[in-house]
Parts: sequence; C-alpha cells; structure tokens
Amino acid sequence: MGDILRLVFKRLGLGVITLLVVSILIFFAVELLPGDIAEAVLGQGATPETVAALRTKLGLDQPAIFRYVQWLGGALTGDFGVSLVSGERVSSAISGRFINTLFLATYAAVIAVPISIILGVIVALLRNTLFDRVANVVTLTSISSPEFFLGYILILYLAVKTNYFPAIASLSADMTFGELLHRTFLPALTLVLVVTAHMMRMTRAAIINLLASPYIEMARLKGVPPWKVIVKHALPNAWAPIINVVALNLAYLITGVVLVEVVFVYPGIGQLLVDAVAKRDFPIVQACCLIFAATFILLNLAADVGAILTNPRLRHPK
Amino acid sequence: MVPKKDVLLQIKDLRIEGYSEEKWVEIVHGVDLTLHKGEVLGLIGESGAGKSTIGLASMGFARDGCRISGGSIEFDGMELTTTPESDLRALRGSRIAYVAQSAAASFNPAHKIIDQHTEAPIQYRISKRVEAQEDAMQLYERLRLPNPSEIGFRYPHQVSGGQLQRAMTAMAMACRPDLIIFDEPTTALDVTTQIEVLAAIRDIVDQFNTAAIYITHDLAVVAQMADTIKVLLKGEEVEEAPTAQMLGSPKEDYTKSLWAVRSFKRPQKNRPTGADAVPIVSVQGIDAAYGKTKVLDDVSFDIYPGMTVAVVGESGSGKSTTARCITGLLPPTKGKILFNGQELPAKYTDRTKDQLRQAQMIYQMADTALNPKIRISEIIGRPAQFYSGLHGAALKNRVDELLDLIELDPAKFYNRYPPELSGGQKQRVGIARALAADPAFIICDEVTSALDQLVAEGILKLLDRLQQEFNLAYMFITHDLATVRSIADEVVVMQRGKVVEQGPKDEMFTPPHHPYTDLLLSSVPEMDPNWLSTLLEERGTDAIGEAADV
Repeated sequence: MGDILRLVFKRLGLGVITLLVVSILIFFAVELLPGDIAEAVLGQGATPETVAALRTKLGLDQPAIFRYVQWLGGALTGDFGVSLVSGERVSSAISGRFINTLFLATYAAVIAVPISIILGVIVALLRNTLFDRVANVVTLTSISSPEFFLGYILILYLAVKTNYFPAIASLSADMTFGELLHRTFLPALTLVLVVTAHMMRMTRAAIINLLASPYIEMARLKGVPPWKVIVKHALPNAWAPIINVVALNLAYLITGVVLVEVVFVYPGIGQLLVDAVAKRDFPIVQACCLIFAATFILLNLAADVGAILTNPRLRHPK
Repeated sequence: MVPKKDVLLQIKDLRIEGYSEEKWVEIVHGVDLTLHKGEVLGLIGESGAGKSTIGLASMGFARDGCRISGGSIEFDGMELTTTPESDLRALRGSRIAYVAQSAAASFNPAHKIIDQHTEAPIQYRISKRVEAQEDAMQLYERLRLPNPSEIGFRYPHQVSGGQLQRAMTAMAMACRPDLIIFDEPTTALDVTTQIEVLAAIRDIVDQFNTAAIYITHDLAVVAQMADTIKVLLKGEEVEEAPTAQMLGSPKEDYTKSLWAVRSFKRPQKNRPTGADAVPIVSVQGIDAAYGKTKVLDDVSFDIYPGMTVAVVGESGSGKSTTARCITGLLPPTKGKILFNGQELPAKYTDRTKDQLRQAQMIYQMADTALNPKIRISEIIGRPAQFYSGLHGAALKNRVDELLDLIELDPAKFYNRYPPELSGGQKQRVGIARALAADPAFIICDEVTSALDQLVAEGILKLLDRLQQEFNLAYMFITHDLATVRSIADEVVVMQRGKVVEQGPKDEMFTPPHHPYTDLLLSSVPEMDPNWLSTLLEERGTDAIGEAADV
C-alpha cells in the first residue's frame, strides 16, 4: 500500500506545481492584454487624474511580481479581490455561479457516464452488428453538431412544440429539488448528448483492444459466455483509458459549457466569465480561469489515481 | 491395439482457412487424427505447420480470422463442425480443456488465480465455490506448487512463470476433462523449470487417465510426453507413428531433417596468447541495480577479438542486464567496462560516436526490433549513414553489399517492409543493421530462440561466416545449451546476477562442473523417451522441486 500512497502523493505534488505554473500564466496573460487596464475600465471617462487614481487604488503602480504574490496569497485564502465593475467581492460573485455550474455538470455526468459505459460495453459485445453501427452514427452525429444547435433543436421539440420542459433554465431560490431537475433538464440533456459519444467510443475501443489478448482467448476456451468475457475479463483491464476519457469529459462539463449556458440563459460560471471578459473585469477573469485550471488538474489527477488503483500490479505488489 | 470403442476424438480430412489479403486461404489441408481415451498424442512441426490451429479445432474453436472449412471433428460421438456455438461452449472447459503457451499472458491480470480456476466448475454447476476452491488446492498440491492452500489467492503477476504454468495445468483439470490440449506449455520456460512442469503434467495426465494433444516444436520434449507422434508440415501430415518407432526410424526425409538438426558445430577457438593480446571487451567487477533491487553482483569476463563468448543462465540471472551495462543503457553502480583496453563512459550518452559504432546489438524478437513502417533499405541504411556519413549512390551500394552479406537478394528486398518477411529473413535484416555500423563487437541477445530449428541453424551459420570474414567478437546471450555447444568458444554461466563458472567451451562441457552448470546441462531434454523418468529418479522429486522454485 505504501507504494500506491507514494505514487498518489507524487501526482498530487505535480498537480500543485502545474497549478502554480498555470496561475503565473493566467496572471501575466492578463498583464499582456494590450492597453492600460485602468484606461480600459474607465473607458470614456478616462482623464489622466482618474486613471492615476484608479491605478493607485488597484495597485497597478506596484511591480507585477509583487502584485502576483499578493494575488496568489489572496487566492490561497479564497480572496480573489474585488470586481472592478460591481465592486462586489469576486469570491461571492463567483461562488453561487460556480455551484450552479457544478450542479449542471453533476446532473449531466450522473446520466452520461453510466449510459456511455454501459452502451460502450454493449456495442463491444455486439461489435460490427447493426446495433453497433447505429449507436456509432447516432452518437457521432450528436458529438459533431454544435451544442448551441443541439440546444435549440431540443428547445424546439421538447419545449416549444410539446411543452414538456421549460426552454429557459433560470433558477430561483425557492424551487424544490424536483423542480430544479425539471427546469435544468434540457441543458443537462444537451451536455449528455455532447459527451456520450466520446466516452462510449473509448469504452468500446478499450475493450475491443483487449479481445486479442491470450487471457481473453483462454476465457473463451474455458466456455465463458460472450457477455461475461467482456464484462468480467476485458472490462476490468480496460479501466485506465476509460477513466481518462471520463475525466476529460467531466472537465469539459464544467469548463466548456458557456454556449449551453447562453442558449438556456442558465446562471453558471461560463456566462459570468464571458461578461467579465467583455467588461475587462480582470479579477473575475483571473479567478474563473484559475478555477477552470484547478478543475482540469484535479480531474486529471483523479483519473491518474483511478488508473493506478485499477491496476492489479500496483494494487497488489509482489 | 486399443479397441475401437475407446476412440475419443476422430478428425477426418480437416480443412481450415485463414483470411489474409482479402481472401480465404487454406492453411490446413485435410489432416486426419485419431485419439483414444487416456492417450497422449504429440503434434510437432515448425511454426506455420498448423499445430495450434488443429489443436484449437479439436475444441471446435477457430481463432478470429480463421474458419473450419471442411472435414469432420467427432468428439465422443458428437460432430463438432455442425454443433451450435452454445453447445460447443458447454463442452469447453468442462470436457475439453486448453493449456496455453504463455501462462503469464493467459491468466487474466485482474483476477486471483483461484477465482479463474473455479470459474468453469462454478459455471457448469459441478461444485460450489468453496468445494471448487478446496479441489483447486488439492490439485495445486498434486502439481507440487509451494503453499498450495495460499498460492491461489495471489494475482498472476505475483507468481513465477513455472508456477503459473502448473497452475494453468491445474485449472485445465478443474472439471476433470476427457481431453486437454497442451499448446507449447513449456516453450517459454527455462530448462530447469521445464522439467518440473513436464513431470507435473505427465503425472496428472496419468493419474486421471486424461487424453491429451501435446503441441510442441521440441522433439526431445515430445519424446517424454507422447505415446504417439504426428509430424506436420505446412498444414499437412508428414507421418505418424508410436513414439519409440518415430524416434528410432523416421520414414520421411523431412522428419529425418528435423531429427538431424543441430548438427552444425564449429571448432573451438582459443584465446590469443602473448603480451599484446588485449580483450576487445573487458567487464571488470560490475554491479548493477534496477531501483533498489541489485541485479548484478561483481560480474567480470573478457571477450577477445574474433571470438564468441556465450553467456548462459536462466531468466533473471542477469544476462541481458550485463548487455545493457556494456551498451551503456544501464550504467553500472560499481566496476568498469574496458573497450580495447580503454575505459568506456558508463552512460551511452557520454560515449563518442566511434565508441557507439564499435558495439552493436541484435535482438531476440526481430518482429518488434524492426519498425514495420520503414523499408528494409532505410532500416539498414540509417546506421550506415549515421556512422559512416554515406549518401546517395554510395549509401545504396553499401546497403546492397550488406544485403548480399546476409544472403538476401538486394533486387528483391531493397524496397520491402518488415511484415512482408519471414522470421528468419527479419532476423537477417537485424544482423545487417548491426553490421551496417561496421562494428568490432556484437551482442546477440537470444537471437535464435524465437526461430524454428532449421531457420535458427541458418542464422548461426551466417553469424559464423560473418565472424570469420570481419573478425567480429560476439557476446552470445542464450539459455539454449545446444546453441552454445555449436558456436561458442568460451562460456560464462550466470546465476542470480553472479558469474558461477567460466572457461573455454570444451572444458565447460566436460565434468566436473559447478553444481549449477551441472543442473543446467542435465536439464536439457534428450531424445531418449526414458530421459525424464531416469532423471527424476536420479534427482529425487524433492530436489527438482527446489531447483525449479528458486
């Protein structure tokens, strides 16, 4: 067990270092934006005096390195500064939105991950049959269509024409959990359609890749039925690539949902980011980017750890 | 003669097709086979003879890309070619079982050994899990596995290769089948381990009166195991006869040529004497480790120009690791390596281009050592270009010359890709690639062990000719003592990272030996059908058990 813990801690350490590098990139990328931030924020009302005053207020007269350390120190304690536009604390502006995004991502993931893996196993079992081809074509079509297009199609058929679900996924505080699920079903379904194909195809490929292994032939020669060959003998050895693709798609569900949020007017972090970029509200941009980066790193880390834990050679050392 | 009613398996005019290059090609051309209850039939032949394909067909099974296209397979009154797949499945594992060549690859890495063992008995409702596990432990004990009550609860990677092969034989026995197909079950094992597995298989087949088809390319092995031997060539039967008769007086020329293989032997050369004789490679007291595991301990030997030094030992004895140290892939933790009297930097990245050029390597698996997407001309041309700076017409001439040297027609092979070549041709290309650098010293790492005996002999002859022509020094890593006998000048015997004995070949093959050398030498199967029984008696069963489990 000691070996696994060491591996996991090593990965964690690498994750922290990656996050640090990303934080540097994010901070200085904003620095590199053309023009003076104070001028941009003030826009038409920029006089030399007001610009100078804002620069002092934002600490822009200090050296960049100093400001970075200050920002990072704040970020570590959850303090990302103050929004330039609303004057609200960045942490409170983001937290509610981020929870909404997490909710939608979880909603989509809970549907998409089991469906794709089960479908993947089934198409591996029925490979090269009609079912396999149809599943392939359908999921490929859904992954190839832009998500805003999928969103509008779903709105057209499931909201406008039939009225099963609301077209707009706006939230209010007094909704019950059931109402919440109903209200956000269409954006979640859109996301499910977008991520299922990738995970399903990887599950299929990872399993089929193993079917030529001698231990699969052995299982067949022991008289093991086909479904059991796939589920019991191939799948346990195919987890590593599947987990990796699942993690990538989960990360996408959190960081790539901007378009879906816009289509369904869902108050998530993606919309917040787009607004902040338009308004040059750089503390919010920086905080969102950092959260996205952390999500990516954390999920990939989880995938690495998952791959380690599903490898019997690492789990049961000699 | 065994009465007719005892016939268990009757194959008539079996034809099997394989799918290649978008058409079905017949690979087994009408083979007949009769097996009685409790009888062991040896199927022998080179690779491509169709041995495994026929073995699998007797379970009604064809690999993906193969199909049974004609003939009949009758198992205990049941015609397998017309039986639906679900009924065939019910036969497999319960009445006909299979033991694969590489147990390490054929056990599922994700499940415990005993769970794989009990899968079939539980599925066929022959016994409950607990009973099946108890039965497994009893079989493990019969097969003389260490800790029979505990070993099954380990994962395959936690158990050694020889033990896994015995565990697989136990697994095949789980439902007490009438017939077991043994598909080269000891080919991947060391000679010392092989004996233990052979003895175990023979005992258990005797005890349960199980019929078996024993597939191998090793005549001496089949002589120990089989009652009857059938020789196959390219999907056709050459001849079949009871073992003693087949060994004593084979009828067909092809069988005779198989029997006569390994006649190649060249005279032993002796070390140059005199003050100016400097070894081309001198390994001096090297230690090496993978991580914290020490794998080499004070290894020293010299190789003189124009001579062949065979390094022998079981797997895990440190042969290939020594080669990795010499090539600089694994810097030793202690000791040094001299090349023509000068110390070599430990890491290959610190060596000069000329130092790198002087020492080349030929690998065991020519299949994986040649990039399948690159033309032969480029595989050979790259080192020639890199080390000698040849270009254009000069480079082409050099490649042609090298192809001539390895006896492949340049006009035919220049533009071809490795997958289009046979195993022996690929290994020749591997040799040409090493020669392209114009080296003085070549490490040959088990270069013939993946090849059929006739092909291997051709490679050995080629290496010998090249050695005389270019005064090459070879370090010949092998576990095959017959190869050592035919081409080595000196022998280094390694065991667990140490050199246990070294000296000129003739001395090494004449007693008295170091006990380990003796164990290695006496473990090489001989053509005498009574060899195994005699050996087991001499050693006593306990002694082999220990030898195989170290």
